[in-house]
Amino acid sequence: MKPNLILHVVAKFLIPLIIVFALYVQFHGDFGPGGGFQAGVIFSAALILYALVFGLDAAEKIIPSHILRILASLGLVIYAGVGVATLLLGGNYLDYNTLGSTQIGGQHLGILLVELGVGITVAAVMLIIFFAFAGRGRA
Amino acid sequence: MIDMIINVTLLAFLAITSVAIVRMTNLFAIVMLFGIFSLLSAGLFVVMDAPDVAFTEAAVGAGISTVLMLATLALTKNRQKPYYAEAPHAHRPWLPLIVVAITGGALVYGTWDIPGFGDPNAPAQTHVARYYIENAPLETGVPNIVTAVLASYRGFDTLGEVAVVFTAGVAVLLLIGGRRSKSIVKPKSEGEQDET
Amino acid sequence: MDFFIGHYNYWVVVFLMMVGLYTVISRGNLIKKIIGLSMFQVSVFFLYISMGTVEGGAAPIIAEGVKVYSNPLPHVLILTAIVVGVATTALALALVVRIKESYGTIEEDEIHELDHSL
Repeated sequence: MKPNLILHVVAKFLIPLIIVFALYVQFHGDFGPGGGFQAGVIFSAALILYALVFGLDAAEKIIPSHILRILASLGLVIYAGVGVATLLLGGNYLDYNTLGSTQIGGQHLGILLVELGVGITVAAVMLIIFFAFAGRGRA
Repeated sequence: MIDMIINVTLLAFLAITSVAIVRMTNLFAIVMLFGIFSLLSAGLFVVMDAPDVAFTEAAVGAGISTVLMLATLALTKNRQKPYYAEAPHAHRPWLPLIVVAITGGALVYGTWDIPGFGDPNAPAQTHVARYYIENAPLETGVPNIVTAVLASYRGFDTLGEVAVVFTAGVAVLLLIGGRRSKSIVKPKSEGEQDET
Repeated sequence: MDFFIGHYNYWVVVFLMMVGLYTVISRGNLIKKIIGLSMFQVSVFFLYISMGTVEGGAAPIIAEGVKVYSNPLPHVLILTAIVVGVATTALALALVVRIKESYGTIEEDEIHELDHSL
């Protein structure tokens, strides 16, 4: 029996559940506790668990470092881009009323996009920091 | 009544854990105690009716912070046998104790005039908060008032916060993004021990 | 007695703050200083959240049949503060790793000696 058999089996069972939970928290942040930050941190926790159990090389094959750097900037660009889009549509910066045909529709769309940007950036940055710490000791 | 018992118990555990963190010298045990401290504080946030904050504190404090501290411990441990021990300090602790006592006394004197815990007529609950509680679901259509205020009413603050997180990621990449380089300075204590 | 029940929360929070401050200023190990700073931050969050609770109130999520809600504004502020706090802690830990690699030690006294003797 391999020494890490229990860890491998339990991790393979838990990691998809954690990712689904992170997506649930992201998109139901309007109706219950949750939102972008919590979802980003939980998503990165799933991948950190994968890196701890299966090794750092296996985790870096799933998400290479250069894609993580692009994702980190992408979230911030989405957030600022929503503001610029509202400017172009005639309102103030980050004025969500102009995004939809009704005020409530525009607010919903604006909050959804903004939380998505926040979640993507937080998840990518937490993973960047963890991979930087974990990869430092190896010569 | 049961609320108050849970409150008092969790606060007592927190105080005991914090004193244990100060007094212990094994860094590994201290990092584990810090994880317990974060989890207890997340439980206390739930008792104080703040589920969003409890969520974030549990995920960030007991999750990411503890993992990063363990990674730092692994990268900075001693070469010889007490791997994670803190060096015994040589100073007398009188001056820090006096400073801490004076600051604590001033803060307690400041809390004398705060309205009691949970008072519904406190000025903090009656001016701006009432506007948000009454108008946020009508103007934005989102039942979670904290998300509505965070993403819509105070959207600029959240933009700044995402920029701060991004900057921290870039800074950590710049500091320790590459593979390890050879140490530049030979530590002086090892040289002195060889001579004697 | 009413005054005590209404205020003991704040006094325990001040005690936690002072323990964190004592850890930062009196211990020499860099990692312990960072942990003390984190403890100080968490106790400041307690202070804000306890000032925002309302007796008999519910979490600030609109639901049927709930009349009294807790104050949502401190929650928003503390949410931002927690995330900024973890970003600062991660950066401080990265600096500790670099200090260890270039000085060989993470005790403050030994770093001072190495600095003054170079």
